[in-house]
Amino acid sequence: MKAIAVKIFESFLLILAVIVFNFVLIYLAPGDVVDALSGGAFGDGREEINQLIREQMGLDQPFHVQLITYIGNVLTGDFGFSPIGNRPVIEMIAPRIFPTLLLALCALAFAVIIGVTIGSIAARRPTSFFSGGLTVFALIGFAMPVFWTGILLVLVFGVWLDWLPVSGMNNLRLSSSAGFVERALDTARHLVLPTISLGVIFLASYARLSRASMLEVLQSDYIRTARAKGLSEGPVMIKHALRNAVIPIITVLGMEFGVLLSGAILVETVFNWPGLGRLAFEAVLTRDTNVLLAILTMVSATVILANLVTDIAYRLVDPRIRIGDV
Amino acid sequence: MATAHPPSSALEATSAERYQGLRMFMANKAALFGAVLMAIILFVSYILPAIFTDDKFAYAGKRHLAPFSENGPFFGTDYLGRGVGLIVMHGGSTTLEVAGFAALLIVTVGAVVGALAGFYGGIVDRALMKVTEFFQVLPGLLFALVVVALFGASTITIVLAIGIISWPPVARQTRSEFLRQKNLEYVKAARSIGASNARIILRTILPNTLPVLIVQATLTMGAAILFEAGLAFLGLGDPESLSWGYYVGLNRQYFLVNWWGVTFPGFMVFITVLSLSLIGDGIQDAINPKLRGR
Repeated sequence: MKAIAVKIFESFLLILAVIVFNFVLIYLAPGDVVDALSGGAFGDGREEINQLIREQMGLDQPFHVQLITYIGNVLTGDFGFSPIGNRPVIEMIAPRIFPTLLLALCALAFAVIIGVTIGSIAARRPTSFFSGGLTVFALIGFAMPVFWTGILLVLVFGVWLDWLPVSGMNNLRLSSSAGFVERALDTARHLVLPTISLGVIFLASYARLSRASMLEVLQSDYIRTARAKGLSEGPVMIKHALRNAVIPIITVLGMEFGVLLSGAILVETVFNWPGLGRLAFEAVLTRDTNVLLAILTMVSATVILANLVTDIAYRLVDPRIRIGDV
Repeated sequence: MATAHPPSSALEATSAERYQGLRMFMANKAALFGAVLMAIILFVSYILPAIFTDDKFAYAGKRHLAPFSENGPFFGTDYLGRGVGLIVMHGGSTTLEVAGFAALLIVTVGAVVGALAGFYGGIVDRALMKVTEFFQVLPGLLFALVVVALFGASTITIVLAIGIISWPPVARQTRSEFLRQKNLEYVKAARSIGASNARIILRTILPNTLPVLIVQATLTMGAAILFEAGLAFLGLGDPESLSWGYYVGLNRQYFLVNWWGVTFPGFMVFITVLSLSLIGDGIQDAINPKLRGR
């Protein structure tokens, strides 16, 4: 229990460190949001007007004052105001969270379910053609650039075969009176291609990982014992082997959540998915510092939280780790 | 001479092992395929541009968006009437060089941090591992995107951005190698003859972790190519040199009428990363046959 408390405290410190680091980085970069806002406007008096805007936004304060004010605000849940969107940052980000989470979780579920299934089947016959093909498949999945996979999927399934929608999250022609079920089905159709393009990278590596870990587990004594007891293959594979083989996957899952969200930027761009990734990209281009900082902080915090949850889940799946606590 | 008698020194033993490693690499069909693929990629990126010295930005004299069966060896034209093949072959060196420098940076930083943490242990280890953990939670591509966009897209910023987010796994790997090796007999022997810490790290342990680092460098370079391609696809690349990812991004708007404009450069990224993975895996198998097929 104490170990978990320490972990939680460390995670909190890590989030603080991330905020400070990102803040310093954006502070050091040449130019600021006011430059981006005013552009070439205001003619000769431009610098004076810019200076006025900076004073209004508190950007003329010394660095440490700005930093401390910012951290204080963030801790109370205030991510500031976006001069570009002319709204509080939180109002810009809130509607983008659900689409990105939906996409990321679907991709993850797709990758884990199919990856573990393929990997486990391959592990039962490690020398078979299927098993060898899996390694090749994993390498190919890793090597395909996400955006390229996305574009190819759009070309084949969206344009040539015309099976699935390729852009956005909902059909714009969907009438506003459409019921929840109709709306959800429409979103599900829009989700298919983005989920596959994002999931493929992980699918391949999970398949490979679960094959390796299954191979190891299947050679262990307790599996031989289970078989010797006369248990049929099904329960042995699922109850005995899979449960242990899944531990390395859980570990990787938490660590790769950040990679998943990164990939989401590219997939969201290709499929015009209205998520956080695209908002971040737009914020980069318009120098919308507050939005950018908020997204960076939230994504890092999610990764840290995912690691924390993984850590705790890990202890629950494998009681030995709980006893031999660090 | 070395084959005439059993290896009498440590050096000869390792060179014999290395030869065996090379033989295993050559016998590994997948790795060999990767090496051949890499030779083709290098040929396309470095030899072909020297032969076809036409200005890649020039109008090819054909119609715009000509299908890839037209425009001779350059496989069609893009939306500005430029030869797709010409731009793709010229873009290769950009992609490879950015990724190469990034891999070098990543392995250097990772090796230094990992070596210090693994060798000294204790508080040095804990501090360095906290730093590593910090960089590991930064959101990869998103963070790189911010760095490159804020500080301007140039080879240096792209290399640095990719480097900052990619070194932690190398540091962890190097650390565990150092942890394993520092208590082995040969390190104790070096210490007993009075070798300094710096000498033990650099001259004794480091050469023995080199194979691991080479594998890491190869695999890291593949990942760096994907990062560079992703950034460039979003428009954060050098418009002068048109790397493969950048070119996919430019042609993206026209992909309905010009599928070859996005397919070819993307395919080059794909086979380059594939070949690096195959080579990396091949070296890994040659060093550590027990891991084969995992």
